[in-house]
Amino acid sequence: MPIAAFTWTEFAQQLAAGIREGAIYAGLALAIVIIYRSTRVINFAQGEMATFTTFIAWSLMNQGLTFWEAFPIVLAIAFTGGVVIERTLIRPVENAPVLTIVIITVGLALLLNGLMSLIWGGANQQFHGPFSTRTIDVGGVPISVQDIGIVAVSVLLVALLALFFRFTKLGLGMRAAAVNRDSSRLVGVRVSWMFALGWGIATVLGAVAGMMIAPVVFLDPNMMQTILLYAFAAAVLGGLDSPVGAVVGGILLGVTITLLGRYVGFIGSTLKLPAALLLILVLLLVRPGGLFGKVAVRRV
Amino acid sequence: MRTRLWLELSAFVVLAAVVVLLPRFVSDFRARELAIVGMYFIALLGLSVLTGFSGQISLGNGAFMAIGGYTTAILSVDGFYGHQVRDLWTIPIAGFVAGIAGLVVGLPALRLSGLYLALITFGIAVSFPQLPKEFDHFFGGTTGKILNLAKPPFGLSTTANNWIYYLTWGIALVLLVAAWLLVRGKTGRAFKAIRDSEVAAVSSGISLGRYKTLAFGISAFYAGVAGSLYAIANAYVNPDVFPIILSVYLVVGLAVGGLDSLFGMIAGAALIYFLQNHADTVARWLNHLPALSLDPQKPGIPSVVFGIVLIAVMVLLPTGVGGLVRRLFGPLTTRLYTRS
Repeated sequence: MPIAAFTWTEFAQQLAAGIREGAIYAGLALAIVIIYRSTRVINFAQGEMATFTTFIAWSLMNQGLTFWEAFPIVLAIAFTGGVVIERTLIRPVENAPVLTIVIITVGLALLLNGLMSLIWGGANQQFHGPFSTRTIDVGGVPISVQDIGIVAVSVLLVALLALFFRFTKLGLGMRAAAVNRDSSRLVGVRVSWMFALGWGIATVLGAVAGMMIAPVVFLDPNMMQTILLYAFAAAVLGGLDSPVGAVVGGILLGVTITLLGRYVGFIGSTLKLPAALLLILVLLLVRPGGLFGKVAVRRV
Repeated sequence: MRTRLWLELSAFVVLAAVVVLLPRFVSDFRARELAIVGMYFIALLGLSVLTGFSGQISLGNGAFMAIGGYTTAILSVDGFYGHQVRDLWTIPIAGFVAGIAGLVVGLPALRLSGLYLALITFGIAVSFPQLPKEFDHFFGGTTGKILNLAKPPFGLSTTANNWIYYLTWGIALVLLVAAWLLVRGKTGRAFKAIRDSEVAAVSSGISLGRYKTLAFGISAFYAGVAGSLYAIANAYVNPDVFPIILSVYLVVGLAVGGLDSLFGMIAGAALIYFLQNHADTVARWLNHLPALSLDPQKPGIPSVVFGIVLIAVMVLLPTGVGGLVRRLFGPLTTRLYTRS
């Protein structure tokens, strides 16, 4: 692939695109981290859950609703769906080995993926997002409104979540349940419900990420699969149990792979994912806990 | 303990007898289907040693199968320095090539545990299909490579499908015995010690590095052999022959078989094959349930059925088929009163 001459304008555009990608990864990575922190389970169905809710949004918009009318309805459905899934599928095996639960989430991913093909068909669908794709001039660099919108929504969401976890009783209860189940139970936190709440919030985060990225890529049942991998990588990069790490890791990863794909000819678009994983592998070998994670001291 | 040994031995004899006699009673096409089940069985044996015994999760064993398959294809089509290798002899080579790849992957496994490892191996599964596309001169790109059709050697008069069947299950039985001896011996005890507590294992003088990497190497060897057989049976390889989802299916089979039950892997292998190819049949069964009408021909059906079966098995039978059998035979193999 021939590489065009380097210009600072184009570099800034690539940087913006990278931050936009990163914002999506950060959203999904945050969803993964929220579930992981409380139950030590990696939810492999996170991507499929996000795509499923995006399809619901698409159906609602086909019924004549505008994006911002459909948005709150979808978030409510996503939250309920997440809680219901936790109560029905995860709760019965709460005390089973982690591998059992992880495999159940893999089963859930397959199930949701099949259901999407059944209900909406496997074809690509155009998803009309809330932001226009025209560009505006930001300090001499043309950047699309869509990119700015996606980043703004993500930032807003993360800020809301940070406030929730810091200042509300419920948010503090969820953090307590994640840190120490027994002690939380002793002070009156309903630990099991906190986990369900975590699934609900994670599903909402996924739904937002899905609805934000769908206008950029086409909507199809496999839309989130690659994105989920990047989100995993982002979560690992930041340290699996650190929400701040997930956000920083997401942005960092988005920018890095966008720039690598653009400026390192050898990597191009096919080797982006292997390159990203190699980066993560190297980082983990140096810092096993990720950038912000804590390395747990184990006792026998 | 003695009784259990006898039970396992007799199970093996029964299995061997069934393997030898089965082709007499089924059609040529069924023999081919059973051969493919045998290939999944081989791959699952390796995964069982890795996950069930040494406690390390791998979501990337489909990639090792791909390495085995491609080794066989490249050796038998392009040859080694111009010498084409007979497909039969490429099988062990494919195993070793994949095994070495496994050892390399096993190295970072030393520093990563549990879910980090699962993610990294999943990354390998996802990245590998990109390589044949990127280096198409060597791997044949998206079109892949066409192998010669498998035919029985030494002038044996049997059909190609029956030959593949006997070849696969012959190797499978040998590898089953090998895995069984391995997990019963010193190495197996070291694996189990690491699985149960790494710190305690190190304190007892077990080298974590050596055994963890070794487990990866062994599981990759098994996967490589399975992939090689798969390439020979299909007579072609391309990135779609070993899709990303294959690695996930293998973990599904492992869980259904019961992580540390070598014999249980047969059930897991059968399930992988059956659900992939006969999901429409399962959909028809499910239609007997009230308030359910699935169109068996629709594209999403295999995934839906796979997902439902997987979740159901994990919720109802968390120890898999192997665990269930063990519980059924429990009264025979354990003492009523223990001395401890």
